[in-house]
Amino acid sequence: MDRRRFLKGAVLFLPACGLLSTAAQQALAAAQAKNAAAGEADTGLGDYKPGDHWYGMGVEIDKCIGCNRCVEACKAENDVPRDMFHFRTWVERYKIRHDGEASVECISTQQGKEATPEADQDVVRTFFVPKLCNQCAHPPCTQVCPVGATFPTEDGVVLVDKERCIGCRYCIQACPYGARYLNPLTRTADKCTFCYHRLVKGLVPACVEVCPTQARVFGDLKSKASRLVRFERMNHISVLKPALNTVPKVYYAQLDGEVR
Amino acid sequence: MRVPEQVSRIAVVVAVVLVGAVALRFFIIPQSYFSTALHRSSTVKREAARAVHYAGAQACRECHQEQFDAKAVGNHKNLGCETCHGPSAAHAEDPSSVKPEAPRDRKFCPVCHAYDPSRPTGFPQINPTSHNPLKPCVSCHNPHAPVPPQTPEQCSACHGQIARTKAQSSHALLECTVCHTVSEEHKKNPRSALPSIPQARDFCGRCHGQAAGESSAPKIDMATHGGSYLCWQCHYPHLPEAH
Amino acid sequence: MEMFREIMGRVSGYIYPNEIEINWSILIVVYPYLTGLVAGAFILASLVKVFNVKELQPTYRLSLLTALSFLLIAPFPLLLHLAWPMRSFEIFLTPNLTSAMAMFGFVYAWYLMGVLLLEVWFEFRRDLVVLARETKGVLRFVYRLLSLFSSDISEAALAFDRKAIRFITIIGIPSAFLLHGYVGFIFGSIKANPWWSSVLMPIVFLMSAIVSGIAMVVLLYMIITATRNETIDMKCLDKIVTFLFYAVIVDFSLEFLDFIHRLYESEESIQILGQLIALRLFQNLVILQVLMGMLVPLAILVVVELRRFNDDMRKLLYFISVILIQLGIFSTRWNVVIGGQLFSKSLRGLMTYKMEITGLEGLLTALVLLILPFVILTVLVRILPIRRLDQQALPPG
Repeated sequence: MDRRRFLKGAVLFLPACGLLSTAAQQALAAAQAKNAAAGEADTGLGDYKPGDHWYGMGVEIDKCIGCNRCVEACKAENDVPRDMFHFRTWVERYKIRHDGEASVECISTQQGKEATPEADQDVVRTFFVPKLCNQCAHPPCTQVCPVGATFPTEDGVVLVDKERCIGCRYCIQACPYGARYLNPLTRTADKCTFCYHRLVKGLVPACVEVCPTQARVFGDLKSKASRLVRFERMNHISVLKPALNTVPKVYYAQLDGEVR
Repeated sequence: MRVPEQVSRIAVVVAVVLVGAVALRFFIIPQSYFSTALHRSSTVKREAARAVHYAGAQACRECHQEQFDAKAVGNHKNLGCETCHGPSAAHAEDPSSVKPEAPRDRKFCPVCHAYDPSRPTGFPQINPTSHNPLKPCVSCHNPHAPVPPQTPEQCSACHGQIARTKAQSSHALLECTVCHTVSEEHKKNPRSALPSIPQARDFCGRCHGQAAGESSAPKIDMATHGGSYLCWQCHYPHLPEAH
Repeated sequence: MEMFREIMGRVSGYIYPNEIEINWSILIVVYPYLTGLVAGAFILASLVKVFNVKELQPTYRLSLLTALSFLLIAPFPLLLHLAWPMRSFEIFLTPNLTSAMAMFGFVYAWYLMGVLLLEVWFEFRRDLVVLARETKGVLRFVYRLLSLFSSDISEAALAFDRKAIRFITIIGIPSAFLLHGYVGFIFGSIKANPWWSSVLMPIVFLMSAIVSGIAMVVLLYMIITATRNETIDMKCLDKIVTFLFYAVIVDFSLEFLDFIHRLYESEESIQILGQLIALRLFQNLVILQVLMGMLVPLAILVVVELRRFNDDMRKLLYFISVILIQLGIFSTRWNVVIGGQLFSKSLRGLMTYKMEITGLEGLLTALVLLILPFVILTVLVRILPIRRLDQQALPPG
């Protein structure tokens, strides 16, 4: 094969590539136009406009009585497996002793234990902390998903596409809060959605609906009249693991430094 | 210069692979497959379409206005109906055939009201084993507007943690009313009518000052002891032994 | 409930409830081990072509084929681990560009097709043509197909092959670094996990990969020459082991640096990581990885460098140390992958990993995946000559 034949081949090959890529771009543009038209036609959300909202949750530690109603409501509302391994939200009990040693337990995995715990003389302070997905504004879990199956919505809720999740569990490793798990039924990653199906209907998440002491406050940070904005104005607010810069949208009032 | 034979051979393979990949990506697989926006909107749609199990308190109000009004002024005014009655969206859809739960036994109320040291101070708590054993809670307390049937006789009914601490201290024999003045209203609306709290050093000096005559209480010189600190900055009154 | 109690019995301290499951199993231990061998073997091969270390010529082709056979199996532990393996093609088609893991498909495809297969093809092309001429029947067709029906083995064509190999190797070195450094990056970039989150992670992975790859080639070279009744080229072996020695020293220093740095920085996590090492990883980390897998082979290699042993003694010592090094590097992978999941992200408790034996993510699968590359390699060295044909034709000695 000499140079002439090679050049001839190249002369044919390059325009062929050009044609292919032009055709490809056209096909892409057509498909995008079709998608855009389809997207405007039906979002499945009715009058609800996701761009008008930015959701968060406030948790007032001093009000939580550790009754676990939120955990049970969450499991019932979201079909979370009724075992002791999978929780979208759970409640922790902290006991801090005189020597500064903190002991923690998850009371949501101890349901059915009836005896009230003995008052411990050595305890300086003790309290409950409800935990859930922090719906981070800068979520490490969506960053690492190899196929983009988990993503933040316009209204600030991190969702999982269970039809595209490949089950690599990288997001579970990346979540600093232990809020994700692999759902044994769908075999895909699963987590708290702030009860997204309730939000679009104007309802609050199930855990907030049943909380007897209003330790959980749900609201829209884009609305100045929302309860959450008032909650943030009235309290000193902290978030969990701020050093990791995940920018959580679950805000704790009266949070103890031992909580992590 | 000649193009070596092996280059043309390998170039064919490379070209086939590349063209195959491009064809697969742009022609064989439908382009909608690559649309992130489409995937996301269908996920949102799927999430939004999930069934609601908890109807929300406003839905209950449409039929149960009476209970709603009773609850609105009582101590349970902040509770959602489904906190106790469980998920009731199915009942709201079809009231006659699906009935929500209505817990009437003694197991349910202690979920919130059993004494637990981790619960916030002031939250009404009882000891389920000693508090009127075997009687269902609803026989004395109306769950929609619960008030104590009679005013609690002892502060420890609500302030268990303080009572337990005090019981082990040198102040064990002192009544709460020695230091706190408590209005009757406090027993009904604990947060809106707070008991009094001693404000000045002199209050402790009534028993512990050198001038105080009676009792075996340890005496100190109020003028020199502790300088300008308030007594309870060092001595927790419910467990006054200084650490 | 019984199961729950049993599992909680293996937990100490506090863990988040969702953390009871260990999500990345032994298969994810096997994966970086395999890619490490690929990268290491390729780097060894590149020493011949780019850095002109003539002594290593006898193991050049073996290193290439080792890299190839391990690379072919490397994606399988990942695939079998996925909850939805049939969806894995999504990583190619709709990769999430911010995800480290999404790049896997591209890094892998580039390394396999853009580097390794090309280099193997150019290296073996001449011998394939020669073999196709000498054989008949089906085998002849196979050789012709493998050579892509090329037949030019003139000196000019061979000179081009050599140039091409050199060029591919030069591109291949950063690609090998990319392949395994990237695997380290998958772990090192998880800021939520203090055991993984470290900028040194990709570099430590890379150095340990080089160590394990070189050691594997030494092992295979000794075994293959023994089974074929050939004599080991001691000059070559001594040279490889010298490189191995340097690589072990660099690897050890890096891991030690990482350790000291964590200890000195003493972040929030230091207490739980201390407990992790003391209570969960003592055997695997201190005894297997550091003592047996690194210090003992290092000591053996130092002794070999200092004393003049005869050939048989050296062979024995080399053999022992490369086996220990394989053991050590496998424990390194275990300690990173499993160790990183044995403590709670609440930094208050420790879990245990109970390995399945027969399940899809169990020990047997892992063993099969570890054996498969050797099977592939056996087939490859049967088909392809690991010495240039003209050399083989010479009478031995």
